[in-house]
Amino acid sequence: MTLDGFLKRHGGWLEAGPEEGPVISSRIRLARNLRETTFPGWASKEVRNRVWSEVLLAFDGVEDSKSFLRWRMDELSALDRELLFERHLISRELAERQTGSGVFVNEDECRAVMVNEEDHIRLQSLQPGLNLQKAWDIADELDNALEKSLSYAFSSKLGYLTACPSNVGTGLRASVMLHLPGLVLTEEIKPVINAVSKIGLAVRGLWGEGSEASGHMFQISNQITLGKPEAEIIAHLEQIVLEVIEHEKNARLRLMGKQEIRVHDHVGRAYGILANAALMTTGEALDLLSALRLGVDLGLLPNMVRREIDQLFIRIHPAHLQKEAGAALSPEERDIKRAQLIRKFLDGK
Amino acid sequence: MKCDLCDKEAVVHLTQVVNGEMKEVHLCEEHAVAQGIDINSPISITDILMGLSGPQKNIAHELSLACPRCGMAREEFRKTGRLGCPDCYKTFMAELTMAIKAMHHSGQHLGKIPSREGAQTRVKSKVARLQKELEAAIAREDFEKAAKLRDQIKKCREENVKDDEGGKS
Repeated sequence: MTLDGFLKRHGGWLEAGPEEGPVISSRIRLARNLRETTFPGWASKEVRNRVWSEVLLAFDGVEDSKSFLRWRMDELSALDRELLFERHLISRELAERQTGSGVFVNEDECRAVMVNEEDHIRLQSLQPGLNLQKAWDIADELDNALEKSLSYAFSSKLGYLTACPSNVGTGLRASVMLHLPGLVLTEEIKPVINAVSKIGLAVRGLWGEGSEASGHMFQISNQITLGKPEAEIIAHLEQIVLEVIEHEKNARLRLMGKQEIRVHDHVGRAYGILANAALMTTGEALDLLSALRLGVDLGLLPNMVRREIDQLFIRIHPAHLQKEAGAALSPEERDIKRAQLIRKFLDGK
Repeated sequence: MKCDLCDKEAVVHLTQVVNGEMKEVHLCEEHAVAQGIDINSPISITDILMGLSGPQKNIAHELSLACPRCGMAREEFRKTGRLGCPDCYKTFMAELTMAIKAMHHSGQHLGKIPSREGAQTRVKSKVARLQKELEAAIAREDFEKAAKLRDQIKKCREENVKDDEGGKS
């Protein structure tokens, strides 16, 4: 399958999952490096190419290695790299790297291995809804399979050695992507973010920064990677995420109890604009789609399915629009295409 | 004498004291300049004495520290916050230990161990984990549990020694 094949489908992590209302997906990321080998940011082209080859060979040890597609960054156009980024399969940092950098993605997009990003290997496992345990099991298995032929840089004291000391130890970054419109609309999001930040977890807007996150999408992840077993890091994150979900659900109940007419207005206006606008920026689309998603969760839009809206959240991004159009588009042309795409989606409802 | 970082002849010779251990550093002209050492203005005798006499201002150490494997200089590491290679953890251990403690509130890995790592690493890690549990048990005055943990740690260590001896014979 080529990259274009991605356009016709959605990632397996956008299927239905546990706590799927406030939770979009769960992610496990593991950082690994090869023993006695310079880290990618400081390595020569020869070393980076060698690392790519070693990982390529190591994939022979992965049971379903045939289900993985692979691309090197230097053979992809800027648009294709952007497409992979918009689908959460590579980081912005990898998209900007060249020699020896690339990615392995399995067909359902639930597993991806970035090579020569900040570390030699960044392995990620994505699952729909709140399901960190399953995401961990899958990442752990892939890690074990690769390790059969790769010798990792490891110290009994500091664990897996990484280019940045903030990842050392387990090399584990567990994160949950959340949709929290209830907390944003009731203006309770800031205290929640502050409380979560104080207990060693990071909260970031998925697109945008801090509490001004576009689309009311947030990502909560662990900061500490050393001194705790993986299971403990994951359990702690999950416990806090469950508390945030509880707050979100309460906020929604309060909104529907005391300000139901306002919620109807909020969702209805979003629908009205999305169904009729001829020009739509990415930021505006994200915020309005967020209102639709909330409407679906609250049962106000019975003809719509949450998953379809989640797919739109991805498809309205610039590289997806341009790939679908088969041509480079100016920002205004993109705003026209984006508005068309959304109108077409709503027409069918 | 050859440069520590390449095969060229060393022109700068420095002695540094790290944690009471004396180390010699030899650099060629190119690498000395790369480390920020101006070879045309010799380091003053005061600087050298300061460097040798106390850890407060170890100038020779400051200037010359670079990873012997990948050549990353301390300056570079400080600028980017990224290390050059796994061996940098040994090279910059002194300052990394503090930074890591501040970031993670710990200095001991308790997670997954690659299957390639030897039995010794496994035992070390198990002992570290048990020790953490022991501290917690003592803190909550659960002495029964603490005694059990102490015995477990002892047993682990004894078995480790046996394994070691077995390995040598």
